[in-house]
Amino acid sequence: MILIYLSSGLFLGWSLGANDASNIFGTAVGTKMVRFKTAAIIASIFVIIGAVLSGTGASHTLGTLGSVNALGGAFMVALAAGMSVFWMTKMQIPVSTSQAIVGAIIGWNFFANMLTNYNSLIKIVFSWVISPVLAAIFSMLLYIFVKKLLQYLSISIFRLDIFTRAGLIIVGAFGAYSLGANNIANVMGVFIPSSPFHTINLGFIRIGNTEILFFLGGIAIAVGIFTYSHKVMKTVGNQLVKLTPQSALIVVLAESLVLFLFASQTVHQWLVAHNLPAFPLVPISSSQLVVGGVIGIGLIQGGQHIKYRIVGKIITGWVTTPVLACLLTFISLFFLQNIFEMEVYHPVDYQFNPAVTKKLESKGIKIPQSADRLHFRNSRQVKQFVDTCNQISSDSIHTLLEYSRQDSIYIDPHKFPHFKDEVADWFKPGEIKALLKLKNNRYTYKWRLREEYLKSLNISSQNTESSHLGSKLDYIYQYFSLKEY
Amino acid sequence: MLLKKTKQLENKVNNFLDIINDAGPFLVTGLDSYFNDDEEKFDNYLEKLIKLENKADGIRRNIETQLYEKTLIPEARADVLSLLEALDDIIDRISGVIREFNMEIPDIHPKYHKNYLLLSEYAQNAVDQIIRASRYFFNDPVEARHCLPKVYHWEEEADDISGELIRNVFRDPDIGKLSIKLHHRMFVDRIDRVADISEDIADKLSIFTIKRSI
Repeated sequence: MILIYLSSGLFLGWSLGANDASNIFGTAVGTKMVRFKTAAIIASIFVIIGAVLSGTGASHTLGTLGSVNALGGAFMVALAAGMSVFWMTKMQIPVSTSQAIVGAIIGWNFFANMLTNYNSLIKIVFSWVISPVLAAIFSMLLYIFVKKLLQYLSISIFRLDIFTRAGLIIVGAFGAYSLGANNIANVMGVFIPSSPFHTINLGFIRIGNTEILFFLGGIAIAVGIFTYSHKVMKTVGNQLVKLTPQSALIVVLAESLVLFLFASQTVHQWLVAHNLPAFPLVPISSSQLVVGGVIGIGLIQGGQHIKYRIVGKIITGWVTTPVLACLLTFISLFFLQNIFEMEVYHPVDYQFNPAVTKKLESKGIKIPQSADRLHFRNSRQVKQFVDTCNQISSDSIHTLLEYSRQDSIYIDPHKFPHFKDEVADWFKPGEIKALLKLKNNRYTYKWRLREEYLKSLNISSQNTESSHLGSKLDYIYQYFSLKEY
Repeated sequence: MLLKKTKQLENKVNNFLDIINDAGPFLVTGLDSYFNDDEEKFDNYLEKLIKLENKADGIRRNIETQLYEKTLIPEARADVLSLLEALDDIIDRISGVIREFNMEIPDIHPKYHKNYLLLSEYAQNAVDQIIRASRYFFNDPVEARHCLPKVYHWEEEADDISGELIRNVFRDPDIGKLSIKLHHRMFVDRIDRVADISEDIADKLSIFTIKRSI
């Protein structure tokens, strides 16, 4: 049953592998610089490594856009995204699974009466626009550098061939890793909140439920690469044949760097720590990065080779793909829920009480006394309340939602030994001990558990992010939650 | 391992270019010995030229096989093979000229010897420059383009002198027979063809170098 639900995500993964691997190895295979078999093996291995090791960053941003909390819903979101990609590809628009999945999540939000986090949406849309521009800038800079370097070194045509082949393989591996890290969120991200898997502890390594999902998604991408990408690679390779293998290498490197920047949590944290503007961890489109990279080289060569129609098609894709996916999701969810009687979302309640009000006051949000004990059946009702209430700024809606959201968490002492086994080599002994102090406690709000846990750890709440406790807390919420997803 | 094989391939290309380069002077020295009736020297040059021609053919075929078997430089392979075949035509033409002198024994009046030698020298200069450009093509395409105007220069010089030679021969009252005049024209054209082949290769190279820049 689980596999049936996941099948739409796996299909999306398959189509990602079939289409997007060509953005990395297309020119290399199309121009016969690298054999397809070599390219497919390298791409598959590194896509899976990237997905499992670094896939969480971009999926977190997608999660903030909308948390699809029922397997039925997640199935339909992924399926609608996959269908949209298929449809748009038929119309020969360089489409992105990222754009499709975002549209589909928004469609689910509408259907489930969940509020879309517009801050996240703006961040994501901004990334779509900026990423091809960044790829163009990178390819221009790399082009200038490589040209100067080749002029200086005067490498023979035969040596250059060997170096280019090696470069295409190394950069291809890096590109595949970055693609896996950045795009796995599109394939499996929607299944995270309703993941049916449990953490596996192999003693020497702990594989979390998200990693299992990402591993399966990675395998689906790899199957897509092996079964169908050869055809696409040949086409892409021939389309880009005007580029020399060296220029193609530059384009792939520029694309891989941009994918990496938008996926790497390490780079993100480093930039934040040094007060530099950090790239949002957002799934972006590798197809559009390639077009950006080629345009960059076209610009530096005088701009006469640029096909402005393709630029127009990309911009069309930014709008049409999400809208199509959104509509398709909404309509399909309606049928799935009302005709097939499947649960496509779990309602999430919100309630104000004196503790929540006090907490929100400490965050600078003053809740009127009349709102005490008010109960909301979904986030849209909370939004409507905020809109009618002059005292509360609409900017604070997401903070308000975070602190008034009702959950049901019970630190069950019977579950504790198993929990301890699972997290033994992830949690520090002190962190397990601190949780043990909270046994038998029930929590209606996640933030209450977080506060008490941090208190028992003697950590101030501001340090949650920097101390990497965020993902551990998420795991605790999920493990001890009484809600069955 | 790969770099070792690459080095071997580079050496083969260099050897091939050296052979074509070595064949160039035989045009002047071969004609010189023919005009001086030094049969022994002439036969010796012809023999050496045929050996060089065979050697060049062997190396070219070897390079071609290696490029195809190892699927090397797929993007530039057709250009490189076309260049090597065109360069091979030069040595074929030079050895053809000497062989034709040997077979047809053209009757060339001593007053034209100087111009024949000058024409051969210009053709040889064109060959020298195209070999230089070809060497650069494999390592530094930008520099290769700088050599091409010199090829065109020597080809024009060769055209001028061959035109002058044919004009003079056909107006020469000392040469009465039309057959001798036509024989002259045939040999002038054959020698000039060496410079023309160099010019054709230069045209190809100017395109290949653009394709080779990234």
